[in-house]
Amino acid sequence: MLAAETGWFLEHAYLIPVVPAVAFALIIFFGKRMPMKGSEIGVASMVTSLVLAAGTAYQWIERVDFFSPAGDNASALGGFGRAFRLNAEGATFVQPVINKIVWWQSGGMEFGLGQHIDGLAVMALLLVALISTLVQIYSLEYLRGDRRYTHFFAALTLFSAGMLAMVLAENMVQLILGWEIMGLCSFMLIGHWWEDAANSRSALKAFFTVRVGDIGLLVGTGVVFFAASAYATRHGSNGFSIQSINEWALSGTGSHTVLLWGSVALFIAAIGKSAQFPLHTWLPDAMAGPTPVSSLLHSSTMVVAGVFLVARLYPLFHTGLDINVAGQHFNLIAVIGGITIIIAAALAFVQNDIKKVLAYSTVSQLGYMMMGLGVGAWTPAMFHLFTHAFFKCCLFLCAGSVSHSGSHHSFDMKKDMGGLARKMPITTTCWILSTAALCGVPYFSGFFSKDEIIDNARNNNYQVFFVVGLVGAFMTTAYMTRATYLIFFGKARGAAAGGHAETLATADAHDSHARVPAMANAASDSHDAHDAHDAHAGPHESPVLITGPLVVLASLAVVAGYINAPVWPFHTERFAEWVANSSGVAFPILDHAQFEWVNAVPSIMLVLGGFVVSLFVCRSIYGEARSPLRGITTRVAPLRWVHTFLVNKYYLDALYENVIVRGLVGPIANGAYWVNQNVLDRIVNQAGIGARKTGGWVYRNIDQRVVDGAVNGSGAVTRGSGTALRPVQSGKVNQYGALLFGAAAIGALVLVIVNT
Amino acid sequence: MDVLRNNNALLTIGTFLPLAGVLVMMFIPSGKELLHKQIALLTALATVAVGVYTVAKFDFGNAGKLQFYADTSWIKVIHSNYTIGLDGISLPLYMLSSVITLVVMVYSWDHIPSPGNAKAFLILMLVLQTSMAGTFVAQDLILFFVFFELVLLPMYFMIGVWGGEQRQYASLKFFLYTMFGSALMLVAFLALYWQVSKNGLSGQASFSIPYLAAHGGVLGKTVQIWLFAGMFVGFAVKVPMFPFHTWLPDAHTQAPTQGSVILAAVMLKLGTYGFVRIAIPILPAAAKAWAPWIGGLAVIGIIYGALGCLAQTDMKRLIAFSSVAHMGFVMLGISTLTTLGLNAAMFGMVAHGLITGMLFFVAGSIKDRYHTLEIKRLGGILKQMPRMGWILGFCAMASLGLPGLAGFWGEFPVIVSAYQPFTNTNVFRVYMVVAAVGTVLAAGYLLWLFQRVAFGEPPEEFSGHAPAHSVGAAANDTLHGDEIHHDIHDVKLTEWLAWSPLLLGIVVLGIYPQLLFKVIDPAVQVALKAYGKG
Repeated sequence: MLAAETGWFLEHAYLIPVVPAVAFALIIFFGKRMPMKGSEIGVASMVTSLVLAAGTAYQWIERVDFFSPAGDNASALGGFGRAFRLNAEGATFVQPVINKIVWWQSGGMEFGLGQHIDGLAVMALLLVALISTLVQIYSLEYLRGDRRYTHFFAALTLFSAGMLAMVLAENMVQLILGWEIMGLCSFMLIGHWWEDAANSRSALKAFFTVRVGDIGLLVGTGVVFFAASAYATRHGSNGFSIQSINEWALSGTGSHTVLLWGSVALFIAAIGKSAQFPLHTWLPDAMAGPTPVSSLLHSSTMVVAGVFLVARLYPLFHTGLDINVAGQHFNLIAVIGGITIIIAAALAFVQNDIKKVLAYSTVSQLGYMMMGLGVGAWTPAMFHLFTHAFFKCCLFLCAGSVSHSGSHHSFDMKKDMGGLARKMPITTTCWILSTAALCGVPYFSGFFSKDEIIDNARNNNYQVFFVVGLVGAFMTTAYMTRATYLIFFGKARGAAAGGHAETLATADAHDSHARVPAMANAASDSHDAHDAHDAHAGPHESPVLITGPLVVLASLAVVAGYINAPVWPFHTERFAEWVANSSGVAFPILDHAQFEWVNAVPSIMLVLGGFVVSLFVCRSIYGEARSPLRGITTRVAPLRWVHTFLVNKYYLDALYENVIVRGLVGPIANGAYWVNQNVLDRIVNQAGIGARKTGGWVYRNIDQRVVDGAVNGSGAVTRGSGTALRPVQSGKVNQYGALLFGAAAIGALVLVIVNT
Repeated sequence: MDVLRNNNALLTIGTFLPLAGVLVMMFIPSGKELLHKQIALLTALATVAVGVYTVAKFDFGNAGKLQFYADTSWIKVIHSNYTIGLDGISLPLYMLSSVITLVVMVYSWDHIPSPGNAKAFLILMLVLQTSMAGTFVAQDLILFFVFFELVLLPMYFMIGVWGGEQRQYASLKFFLYTMFGSALMLVAFLALYWQVSKNGLSGQASFSIPYLAAHGGVLGKTVQIWLFAGMFVGFAVKVPMFPFHTWLPDAHTQAPTQGSVILAAVMLKLGTYGFVRIAIPILPAAAKAWAPWIGGLAVIGIIYGALGCLAQTDMKRLIAFSSVAHMGFVMLGISTLTTLGLNAAMFGMVAHGLITGMLFFVAGSIKDRYHTLEIKRLGGILKQMPRMGWILGFCAMASLGLPGLAGFWGEFPVIVSAYQPFTNTNVFRVYMVVAAVGTVLAAGYLLWLFQRVAFGEPPEEFSGHAPAHSVGAAANDTLHGDEIHHDIHDVKLTEWLAWSPLLLGIVVLGIYPQLLFKVIDPAVQVALKAYGKG
């Protein structure tokens, strides 16, 4: 055991989620009375969390540096080539900082609530706190005048608290707590404008779909709890503790079957939360919420929770699913991740709603992270989670900026955008930088993370997924080029051209519905500029509260990759050192690829190809010049079929909503209820009637006085029950009275049997 | 028998105090409604105060032992004693019953259901409180039975007199169905008494529950199975477990709000409490044999109750059906016969009491304002009554088992515990998955209800507007609604007063469940002593 190098921030990291959780309560109870309607509490709490997280990260890095041999041979390792060794093998590792209190107990065994601070947790804490802060600042302007402004900030703050509580969870139960709180907040935020039935339906769908995945979470936690219990108890812990689970999974004492089922169950939860195929359908619908919500949801919270779960319990999945075992070219995680990359990217091509393009892009990128975890590329996957948060958040906020100031609250790329590059230079620049990062253009952050995933798939002998990754890179570039072209270039259309009378009616313009009444109230706000712009100012750049976060995020999208850039002239691998090298005592031994330019060539070529092809196609189809490509999806039958298939989202929604849900709510539920009323209840009533008839028979034939007296007696009791009782339906009374005596008779029979 | 006998008048006072109030009220003419309300409220307050004092005096280090134990001879001829005591299993439910009675009293301040007569109504509630509390402290089977049956009478009159349109059918069905179960239960109690005195080592005859728990194990397995069968029917009807649940939706739908709340919050727990207190500790061999069957009925109840909910068109009936599903979780936990399962079941009882009690309160208040609970006719409650709407949403979230709120702790550990039950591991693992599916359905019916009732625009008949809602006017909608519909107003003072203890309880127990687990756990371990290491 190494000596603990620790500090105040590390020991008190649990405060990071506690602060926003308390802020949530304050906003709910006092928010409306505050001068800024509670938003100041939200922003202040997130800034506090950010400061705490930064302090934690600083002290964590100190702790890592304290233990590592001064980084002397860092450059020699190159890329992600650092191997992870168990303590027993004598390599360096950094002990996590675990603090907890007793949360509940059973059978004398005490279960904790607390913090498990290691590299992974620190990375996620910092990321979530930073993104949340920026999104809240952005929302100050974006949601100004909204009718549920206070509620919005309350839910946003609780959302961040949930994610923060999850990432530093000491045990599975706490992880579930954060996990589900995010589910609740996504429900509240997606359905923020619930006057519209479509929004509330999307909210319900999101919650419900994720909940389907949660079956796996509940079951998997149970499986793992008992399986790890014996090992954990021996080591003074319990089977919910994350560290114990990881150690147990690597200890080799668990049965492989249990490990397999436990990891499969938990992975189902990750599928639901991280919107992986086939439970990805809720995510695009979740765009019904305000844009800052989409941004937060898609970058650092909620959807990455599933990826995080897999990363957090990686030893369990690694052992349970035989990742990196020689001769294994497939495993569940990689397959699901791979499928998701392709199908989501394909859907992004047929979207007209800018937010939906980004939504499918997120699904696809999450697929990369999953695939990375599936092929044993833990560090690149986590690094991709890290960099993706910045550029995806930025892209969403850019989309919000466009709709806020450029397209009059429309998100329809084809109808209301085009040629905005000149009108909105800052937004355009931020968008393009982030897009470059997303596509993996060399020396942008996405390149250092995504390419490493692809490269590691090759390195670890997952040839199929290597190809999938390359195809995905091509598709990513192509659909992002299309979106960029439609929004910022070409000819201005609809609202972007100045006309916006029709846009309010478009179904996709989610934000417009609620913003109109907001405008009606806006007079009381000191927001004349906004009103002025609504009265036909035409497209223009957004105010600084919006562009500020954009600029910060776009800069990070460019530079975040250099934490771990194994290329000339940087040769850094800080991320690997700070995050991966220190993820607890227990971690599987992974072999990460060395970076070499020659291996990056295919993906760079494909990115370039995707850009060129897409640009050419877009110019032909959407440009002004006539072209044979225009309308090709309606003219050529096979293409039309593909197009229809994609537009209908592979008919998965139809299957889920029309077949499964309707079947459940309709015939199955009604059938069960019919059985209830006409079988079970009838048995009860018939038993009563039967008993009454028996009673009647006894009355007539055997003993008139006793039965007579009893039935009358029961009738008399009822009659005496109060003046308000109308004359009792004597039939029912007799029926049930007889039932009682029938029951007593059966009881006597039992008595006799038992006593013999 | 290891018991603590200090302060042993405390429980008697706490249990029978409501009857003192009843005695006073009997001599006051029914015309003086305000006075009746004051006395009833005061009595309920005093009962809670005694309860709080009891908690303060409770030795939490010895939560597994019966405390405040009193034992005097009562019906000598059958060796039935007046034996009462309180341990970690009884304490939460004992407190729950007095708190629920108090909040119901507060709510009744301006919610006496038609046809009025506050005097009779409040007296019945106080009698009900005594009988419920008595059931939870009784440590003698005959005493338990008396209290258990006494509960029926006030509830029967509450439904039969103050209920809805079909109150007579519902109240009779409730009364007789439960009586039917109780008859079998009594038979089983008597048979148990004889069997133990015949086979017992000491040859001593007693109805004392601790005594029987210590000696019930001597009985042969077949005998135990028959005895358990009798008790099972009695308790299962009360819980109610599938397929004995059909009285419940009728009783709930027809009962006045106060009746529904007490019924859901406390009375359903009498059955599950009976299992934990009597059937499980006394008849271990039978419990093991019955466990897979009980577990099976429990998970059927979970799914079946949820499906029933999805089919409902009436909000109150939906909530009633959700009780079938929730009590299914409790019974599943009990049937695992493990400490984890029983702890969760006990927690689930309290949580369900608070949450479903609240849901019935909200349903009652919505009915007061809209005069209907038909889901189709409702809508946009969040708009007309934002606070009421959010409370409904809060309770729905708590009910579907959101972590951080009380419901979670009665659900999640149950599912976990089913993975490693005391017997029939493979069967219970199937139950585990089915129960987990049940949580999805719970989310489905509750959120669907919330979506239909609270989201969207208020329907025309209640909005008092011309159909065309101009979006611009939407922000001022609440105001307009109030102008036209005077009875549609947001949460009132008495409602706040009545509800806040429950809402607070849901949050506090959800965030820090150890408050309850610490009390329950030692007692549950004692109850499972016959099962070796749980």
